[in-house]
Amino acid sequence: MRTAFVQQLIEEARKDHKVFLLTGDLGFSVLEPFANEFPERYINVGVAEQNMTGIAAGLAMDGWNVFTYSIANFPTLRCIEQIRYDVCYHNLNVKVVSVGAGYAYASLGASHHATEDIAMMRAIPNITVASPGDPTEARLVTTEFVKHNGPCYLRLGKAGEPKVHADDVSFTFGAGIEVRKGNGTAVLTCGAMLKYAADFLNENKSVFGLYSFPYIKPIDKKLLKKIAIEYNEFIVIEEHQLSGGFGSVILEAYNDLLQEGLINSFPKIRRIAIPDKFISVAGSQEHLRKLAGLTL
Amino acid sequence: MTSIEFAKNIRKTILQLVFKAKASHVGGALSMADLLAVLYNGTMNVKPENPEWEERDIFLLSKGHACTGVYATLALKGFFSMEELFTYSQNDSRLLSHTSHKVPGVELSTGSLGHAFSVGCGLALSFKRKKNNRKVFVMLSDGELDEGSNWEAILFAPHHGLNNLIAIVDYNKIQSFGTTTEVLNLEPLAKKFDAFGWNAIEIDGHNHEEIKAAFSKALSSEKPPVIIAHTVKGKGVDFMENELLWHYKSPSEEQLNEALKQIEA
Repeated sequence: MRTAFVQQLIEEARKDHKVFLLTGDLGFSVLEPFANEFPERYINVGVAEQNMTGIAAGLAMDGWNVFTYSIANFPTLRCIEQIRYDVCYHNLNVKVVSVGAGYAYASLGASHHATEDIAMMRAIPNITVASPGDPTEARLVTTEFVKHNGPCYLRLGKAGEPKVHADDVSFTFGAGIEVRKGNGTAVLTCGAMLKYAADFLNENKSVFGLYSFPYIKPIDKKLLKKIAIEYNEFIVIEEHQLSGGFGSVILEAYNDLLQEGLINSFPKIRRIAIPDKFISVAGSQEHLRKLAGLTL
Repeated sequence: MTSIEFAKNIRKTILQLVFKAKASHVGGALSMADLLAVLYNGTMNVKPENPEWEERDIFLLSKGHACTGVYATLALKGFFSMEELFTYSQNDSRLLSHTSHKVPGVELSTGSLGHAFSVGCGLALSFKRKKNNRKVFVMLSDGELDEGSNWEAILFAPHHGLNNLIAIVDYNKIQSFGTTTEVLNLEPLAKKFDAFGWNAIEIDGHNHEEIKAAFSKALSSEKPPVIIAHTVKGKGVDFMENELLWHYKSPSEEQLNEALKQIEA
């Protein structure tokens, strides 16, 4: 996803001369092609995320389309007040990009586990939040974010994830994606759990449906309404804490749809997410997902 | 109008504002009144009739709690009406009691300390990259230099040659709980800035000739300039001067009248 993002950002930056990239001294061997092609629109600000976000706000005030880049919790939680107050309150054109969603940097420890970011970022007014599921989703969201004038958060996995979607899949800003139609139960995913869920359903010859939601805020209520009629039960799986994450978004959305009279009954929903805990042992991403109970 | 007369008007307006709204933070607004008067009396390139003029210089008040100083200055300059100024802090007013970007002439909302310096770096960087001659002035408090984010900005500006970013420290030596020496010592402040690659200019922040000379020096500095303005909290009103309590209190009617009399004298 990381590579897909950078390649797409370079393509977009060739067309949109306002695209500006800041990094907090991370992205070695990833960001160089952007830096080499657009040296006037790139700065490594050093290991200083609060300053990076404030600088991004200043650049955006003068018309730039600014992307800030770092890993795990550094471009988000470390500087969340700058994101809230400088960027979102002023509704500035700043896109925060973090690599290493969930347990992507598993063995690096809790400092590098991005497992509360969705809850914190989505609570802030004016910001769009997306967590793409594969490199194709990452490319499409990057393009939409370049076009969107306002604060955004792009939560990326790591490098080298396999594609789940065909290359020609397309979706618009805010839209969820039907990966496979099914019967009875549908699995809803955001972020890199998509690949796990797709593989699991294929290997088990399951009849379950599968839906990927690259956009968490806004959530695709039209699609949720449609599938509420088509399925009896949902399983929501995510690589994030149970509190305030993607599963919470789905519960809230169905509650709103019910209140608004757009669905007749509240669907049965099982949430699979990290059960309010930190993991403090080493291991692969797959191993940590198992320890946290993130399995179908 | 001379900057000295303008500063008197700013001070009187600040006092009337905090009295009417029963607001706090009068001491830190009075301490920077002379600096604001010089800035908005010819130093900065701004057009009150067109606050969003594309070639304007930028002023950011990092110490957002002292907003009455900036609101008074802007209204007296004609950025918005005096009538609106006195809606300060009332229900539905745009004039919040921390600086609000919804007010004409205010570029950035501030109130959480340690934010505006970085935003100023971003603007100054943008002007450099666009080969634009605009300047950015950032007014900081002394207490907020406790915030680590400011030191990230202090490292950044010289590294990128941002001599179009003019920092001003309203060094009135009093923060929320006591003197800056007691709470968290900043000294030697000028040496710290110099060591970080800045051009530190120390002045008496109430002497208009020194302030004008400092801005003139700052605007031709090769390094990013910082004006360390030694000021007195509550300046101009003897019973407010150097008194920690006037970070919090608002004056009674009697105190207001006495304060106005002292400013006028």
